[in-house]
Formats: sequence, structure tokens, C-alpha cells
Amino acid sequence: MSVETLSNTALDLSTLSVREINRTLHAAETGAFTLLHPNGAHALACGLNAPIDVSIQGHAGYYCAGMNKAATVTIDGTAGTGLAENIMSGTVRVTGDASQSAGASGHGGLVVIEGDASARCGISMKGVDIVVGGSVGHMSAFMAQSGILAVLGDAGEALGDSIYEAHIYVRGTVAGLGADCIEKEMRAEHVAELRALLDRAGYPDIEPASFRRYGSARSLYHFNVDNVGTY
Amino acid sequence: MCGIVGLYLKSETLSDDLGRLTALMLHEMRGRGPDSAGFAVYGSPESGSKLVLLSETDAVNWTEIGHRLEAAQGAAIDISPIANHAVLRTEGDGQAARDWLIAHAPEVTVLSVGQSIELFKGIGDPDLVAERFGLAGRSGTHAIAHTRMATESAVTTAGSHPFSTGADTCLVHNGSLSNHNGLRRRLENSGERFQTENDSEVAAGYLAARMRSGDTLSEAVKAALKDLDGFYTFAIGTAEGFAVVRDPIACKPAVMAETDDWVAMSSEFRAIAKLPGVEHARIWEPKPSQIYSWSRSA
Repeated sequence: MSVETLSNTALDLSTLSVREINRTLHAAETGAFTLLHPNGAHALACGLNAPIDVSIQGHAGYYCAGMNKAATVTIDGTAGTGLAENIMSGTVRVTGDASQSAGASGHGGLVVIEGDASARCGISMKGVDIVVGGSVGHMSAFMAQSGILAVLGDAGEALGDSIYEAHIYVRGTVAGLGADCIEKEMRAEHVAELRALLDRAGYPDIEPASFRRYGSARSLYHFNVDNVGTY
Repeated sequence: MCGIVGLYLKSETLSDDLGRLTALMLHEMRGRGPDSAGFAVYGSPESGSKLVLLSETDAVNWTEIGHRLEAAQGAAIDISPIANHAVLRTEGDGQAARDWLIAHAPEVTVLSVGQSIELFKGIGDPDLVAERFGLAGRSGTHAIAHTRMATESAVTTAGSHPFSTGADTCLVHNGSLSNHNGLRRRLENSGERFQTENDSEVAAGYLAARMRSGDTLSEAVKAALKDLDGFYTFAIGTAEGFAVVRDPIACKPAVMAETDDWVAMSSEFRAIAKLPGVEHARIWEPKPSQIYSWSRSA
């Protein structure tokens, strides 16, 4: 089934259930949708699988835009725990703050949090790129495997604890590094990588050279340089 | 998993709506704690002490208990039953009345004592508990409520939150404590009386004991961060104030919001979404180990 959507379709949470709304979004192959009166409801716009555009007007609850594939989801408000968890591709943006575990275990795509993200942002990230306009809480990028976490503000305790091959860039202060996470040299390729990401995330005026880079000391897992291309 | 809500009014404009708004918030947290629920409402301080009592036996004779306490204390008692609870007012010493009831009326659990606090709890659907004890019709300055999904002790009315062991002090807890048995023994040795096996009651008793020995609410909570081991988000009420604290790794959720009229906290935003003026509220997630408190006296 496909829903032909020529213009923006409004879906109102004060009259429709989360299931009804997600079913409508899942059926669409293209188009733009606006979700009204979310009032912190959980699992909004989860499991999207097509290049549709979803705008959530207000605060979202847990697991908003979880498992996102191809879609662009924008939350005009704050997001609860597990924003864009397990995102595969597409873009998820929140204009306010995000709670714990934003972008958790994401495989691809882009997550932009314009405000702060709390604890465990990017936990176990596997290829997603995350840009946080504010600061991140403790244990962010915990066991991060691949992808980029860029923080324009500060990072809390135990940043990058038990990290594998993800890249972390922080512009402000870092309260403390986790096990096996170290500061690394910011080389030209890292400046270029960060420049491209900041441009994609809508921060063209932010200077990548003002960031410091953090990553794995590779002493906690058996890293073999011959396999570097596979990470 | 449990659900917590707290609402502290900064002005009197909404005081008649306190119970109604708290009931709306509690309703949203039903899914987080379908086992049981409870609430504490703080009203204007009364001249005497009031105690809220619970009895889980049908055979309880409130009038007879009132007479016995009257004789023991030599002070007039007024006792009015509400479902399986009763609100007891005395011109005598409230804390002494609590101690007497715990020692001499084993069929009764003392839920709260103080000049402002009234505390009610029950098993089952949180909406029904709120209805049974008329939450929506209550007015006051601040309220704390809880929906429980039991982990550390049985689903009983007495094991439901909030817990109060000191005058006008109560606590609701989302999480679990791992050192509550040792702490309970230590507190019992220094005279604290507990009525359940519940871990959260120990946290309430700990704070009450600290405050009795001169700590402010903030000082007591700061000490708790060091002495309590486990997962917790606490909302704490006192006669004048309201505080929120999360454990050092912020295991359990919490969100806060503030407007010119109120401060609210909840396990999830959807409970706060029901409050008037929320569209202009400042909304944030409380940081681990940080104490957020509001007080009329400060």
C-alpha cells in the first residue's frame, strides 16, 4: 500500500494513536508529515523506511525515530531516552535537548541535537554520525565502534569508555576520559572529516580546528592494523 | 520501573488545583507502576499534629485506638476513617503518638505524621487509588506521588510509596538500594523505627534521621549520596520544600520543568505535559548527583 502525499499532511496525537500515526508513516513512500501535540508520547516515528519528511511539533518521549532508515525526522522540542536508537540512515534532528542514550547503537545516518544530550550519548554507536550543539553527559560514546561523535560544548565523565574505532571530537572541556580512551592528534584528514560533518549538520560557521580529537588507545581489544580497512 | 511525579507551587494561584493536577500527572505514570500507588499532599500547617494511619485488617477499631492513645497521651484525639486509612489529629506530641502506635497498635501502620502532610496509598490501578482517597479534590502547596512496579519487596499497601518516617518528610523512589539492610540496622540502633522491609523506607528514615539531628534537606541529601548504594531517583517533600536527586550514574529517568507558577518533576515528560503553561516552561533533565531543591523558607 502506498499513500500519495503531495503536500504536508498533519497528524494530530490528540485524536490519533501512536500506532495509527506510525502506520500512516510506514505506508508512505514520499511526502511530508507534521505531528501535532506529541506531549511526550513514546515511539513516535519509529521504524521509518522511506525518504519521507516528518516534523514533530513539540516534545517527544522515548525512542523517537528509532531504527530510522532514509527518513528525515525533525523534533521541534526535546526528546526523551533513546532518540534515534539503532538509526540505519537518514537524518534525525532535535532542536532542544535529548535525554540519555541518543543515537544508541546507530549503524548509519546523522543525528543532530541542537541542545544538550545527557548521559551515554552515542553508546555502542556503529557508524552513525552524531553532532551535539551543546554538551553531552557522562559515558558518552561508551563502547563506540564506528562513526563520529562531535560535541560543540563539553563532555561529561568517562568519555569514550572502552571505545573501539569511533572518532570523537569535542570543542569544550572533557570532565574525564573513560578506560582506553585517549586524546589524539588532530591531523588534516580529521579537520576535513569534521568540516564535512559540521556542514552536513548545519554548522558551517563552526571552525573544526577548534576541536580536540579523542579515540581508542587500542589496548583493551585485539586490534590488528592489517584489518584497519574493515572498521 | 516505577513512576514518580512531584508538583511544587510557587504561588497560591493554583493551590486549589494541586490535587487535580497531581492526579493528571499520576494518571500518565500508570504504565510505569501498575502494582500500587500513593501520594502525599502538603496543605497549610495545622496547629496540632495529624497522623495518617493504615490498617489492612477489617477488624480495626479506629475509635478504640483513638481512646487508647488519648488515655496514653492525655491529649484530645480526633480520628476520621477514609477507606482503610484514618486521619488522626492530636493536640499532643505527634512523634510520640507515632511511637506509641507502632509499639501498641500492631494492626496499624503509621503512614505520616506532621502538621502539613497527608499521605495515602493503596494496591492496584493508580487512578483508583487516587479516586479512593480524593486526590483530585485536594488543595495545598506541594504534592508527591508514585506508581510502583515492585522489585525489592512484596506488593502490599504498606510497601507502597511515598514513605515517611519523620515529621512532614516523605520520599518517593524509582530504583533499588543494595545496602538497605545494613543501613536499616544502623538506623534502628540509633532509635529509628521502621514498619516494612522496603528499601525505600530506609532512605526515607535516613533523611528523617539526618534532619532530626540538624541537617537541612540539602545537607541530608548530600550525605545520602555518599551513604546510599544503588539506583535511585528520589523526590522528597518537607513542610516547606521539595527536592529531587538522582544517583551518580543517573540510572533512573527524571525530567523537570519550571514556570513562574510551579516546579514539576516526573519520570517522563508526558506527565508534565498536562500542566497549565507548560508550553512556556523551562524543561531540563536533572544531572546525576546534583540536588535540586525549592523551599519557601530559604
